[in-house]
Amino acid sequence: MPDGIISLYDLPVGRSGVVSSIHADGLTRRRMMDLGLVPGTMVHALRHSPAGDPKAFKIRGAVIAFRREEAEKVLVEMREERD
Amino acid sequence: MGLTYRSSGFGTNRTDFFRGSSTKADFVVALAGNPNTGKSTVFNALTGLKQHTGNWPGKTVLRAEGRYIYRGMVFKLVDLPGTYSLLAGSVEEQVAKDFLCFGKPDATVVVVDATCLERNLNLALQVLEITPRVVICVNLVDEARRKKIHLDIKSLAEELGVPAVATAARDGHGLDRLVSAVADVASGRIRTSPCVVRYSGAIEEAVLKIEPRIRELVGSEFSSRWLALRLLDGDRAVISAVNRWLAREEKAGRVTGGEILA
Amino acid sequence: MSRAPLAAGLEELIREVERVRPIVARDFNDQVVGHIYARAESIARKVVSQKERPKIDWDKRLDDILTSRMFGFPSMILLISAVFWITLAGANYPSELLAALLFRGQEYLADLCLRLNVPWWAKGFFVDGVYRCVTWVVSVMLPPMAIFFPCFTLLEDMGYLPRVAFNLDRLFKKAGAHGKQSLTMSMGFGCNAAGIIACRIIESPRERLIAILTNNFVPCNGRFPTLIVLAGLMVLGASGSPAATLVVAGMVIFGIGMTLAVSWVLSKTLLKGVPSSFTLELPPYRRPQVGRIVIRSVFDRTLFVLGRAVCVAAPAGGLTWILANVYAGGLSLLGHAAAWLNPFGKLLGMDGFILVAFLLGFPANEIVLPILIMSYLATGSMTRLDSLESLHMLFVVEHGWTWLTAVCMMLFSLLHYPCGTTLWTIRRESGSVKWTALSFLIPLGIACFVCFLAARSAVLLGLA
Repeated sequence: MPDGIISLYDLPVGRSGVVSSIHADGLTRRRMMDLGLVPGTMVHALRHSPAGDPKAFKIRGAVIAFRREEAEKVLVEMREERD
Repeated sequence: MGLTYRSSGFGTNRTDFFRGSSTKADFVVALAGNPNTGKSTVFNALTGLKQHTGNWPGKTVLRAEGRYIYRGMVFKLVDLPGTYSLLAGSVEEQVAKDFLCFGKPDATVVVVDATCLERNLNLALQVLEITPRVVICVNLVDEARRKKIHLDIKSLAEELGVPAVATAARDGHGLDRLVSAVADVASGRIRTSPCVVRYSGAIEEAVLKIEPRIRELVGSEFSSRWLALRLLDGDRAVISAVNRWLAREEKAGRVTGGEILA
Repeated sequence: MSRAPLAAGLEELIREVERVRPIVARDFNDQVVGHIYARAESIARKVVSQKERPKIDWDKRLDDILTSRMFGFPSMILLISAVFWITLAGANYPSELLAALLFRGQEYLADLCLRLNVPWWAKGFFVDGVYRCVTWVVSVMLPPMAIFFPCFTLLEDMGYLPRVAFNLDRLFKKAGAHGKQSLTMSMGFGCNAAGIIACRIIESPRERLIAILTNNFVPCNGRFPTLIVLAGLMVLGASGSPAATLVVAGMVIFGIGMTLAVSWVLSKTLLKGVPSSFTLELPPYRRPQVGRIVIRSVFDRTLFVLGRAVCVAAPAGGLTWILANVYAGGLSLLGHAAAWLNPFGKLLGMDGFILVAFLLGFPANEIVLPILIMSYLATGSMTRLDSLESLHMLFVVEHGWTWLTAVCMMLFSLLHYPCGTTLWTIRRESGSVKWTALSFLIPLGIACFVCFLAARSAVLLGLA
């Protein structure tokens, strides 16, 4: 795994990343892709739930929450700049 | 997600009282859209109290229908389940795509959220693959304005090749232009030229091989390109739907396809 | 025309598809979705422009509070308590007013019967039975519903409910259930049958069944007034005050805890499995349409639920009157039933009449309290009943209630079993008699056990 590629779950809150691959299959994979989570998509980590999990991300203008199990199946390349 | 009052409220227990309405509709209009786009608001605003709910045949998915009259014609509006896509194969998506393809609506309104157009266009583009008679309803333009998002509706219509109307359904803004565009598309006064998404070479080649055979079988009734894509995707439900349709057509004694029945 | 050529054509088509598919089958869907999104992106780039960002991102601001680690849970409890408090405080006065008004109607009707020489049994059946039960349902239920539903719809309309699901998901995951179960529970506050139907949004059959089987533990609108009245009774004189709100909120939280516990047990035993995937959209907050909310919730929800309750209350009231007035061996039928159930009732911290009321209230939970009041009135000396004080008189002074009786009845009401409509809906949605039976038996078992435990420990500790 090249440097800078982490799972979506590990993307720190406040940082952005670009989806590099999705390692889920079946319906979960299709669900994720339907939400716009295709390779090359910019994702911004927004916040944790008060209990820690799930975690909310901004994906193509909408706020989507994933549980840890799902978020770990998505690999992203972290962007250096902070917004 | 997609949990609205109407999709789960008490109305669903009331279905039986309202089943079957006698008035005939001049046009059937399907209403599609992502969840949370104000699709229900549009539906309610257009149909008012003239609606009834029930389940889609054989499915535990709510079906809502309503009527409105415009230019002296009766429009039956069928509210499809709110989905992000038509590709994942959930029950809701199957219901929606079955109706869009085999229900042959005279027009389809795709409600999109002006504040996140990009993700909503995903569904709109998929609907355009199934049916060309589409009107895009860009809803929540008031929210978009508040977020300082500007949309060029005219160029959106040009890009998609179908009419697009900006609305703020909560306040009833733009609905008059929406029903007018729907009437134009449904009656054929406006002929649309929907944009086509081209895929990679291999997929396009495969489609090219399959498409003519589909046209032989079902004629120009349905979008043969879309059916080809679904068959290549291994969508069994579409095959059985085609099969059902063929059987029904045959029963009705209608001529389908070209050479087979010639 | 024969079926053969078309069927053959379809078969040939499928064969052709199978020939071509292997070339493209790998990541076909990925490619398609990718291309469509790429196109969507390019169109959006041409169409959408945003020169400046809004000064304040209200969605973020609100979420920073409502879903934050520090304020997420407190704000949730505060909001829910506020809704309860507004309902409690606001419903009290109109309830008394309605009761007084409708009671005067009863006196007038009784007068009329006397003047028209209506036989005593007809007067009893229609006025003391049907009319009284219906008026009780109306005066007890209408005001809290007319306040609670709009408040709740307001939260729903603003987009708060998905935040609840977001906040609570961790707990549901731990319980082996689906995060959207909290949404179906919210719907259950209105009506459990509606909550059951809402379970359709949960795709995994296992998790949907868990949600269906546990929906009963959120007090629906039919049981909510019972909780409110009994809580008010417990802290008499301070009704509508924070104390009664606390009692009701405590009951609701206990119900939520029970939901999680039962979900956990189910997912470890009868409905084993791992949690399915979970994605939840948190839509932007929207400015609520207050006017429309009030109209919608009053007409669609309040009047519908009330209408159903009245339909059930009318025959139930008549039946109760018959049971209370047909004597066999010096004791009314109702008296016999209550006497027979009394030992069991006492064991659960209640009495026979309360259990009879729960049994007769099976068609709809809203009529449990009115039936109880009617059965008490038939055996007591009081006739006028139009305030919490007189209710206190009837329950505490004449029928020996203690705080424990009220608590046990609240617990039983919270837990017992889904009403007839809800069970019918469960049968329809699950398509299984077995799960319908379990959704009746599991809550009943738990209700008996919890009440027994509460009653025994209170007695052992010398609290009651």
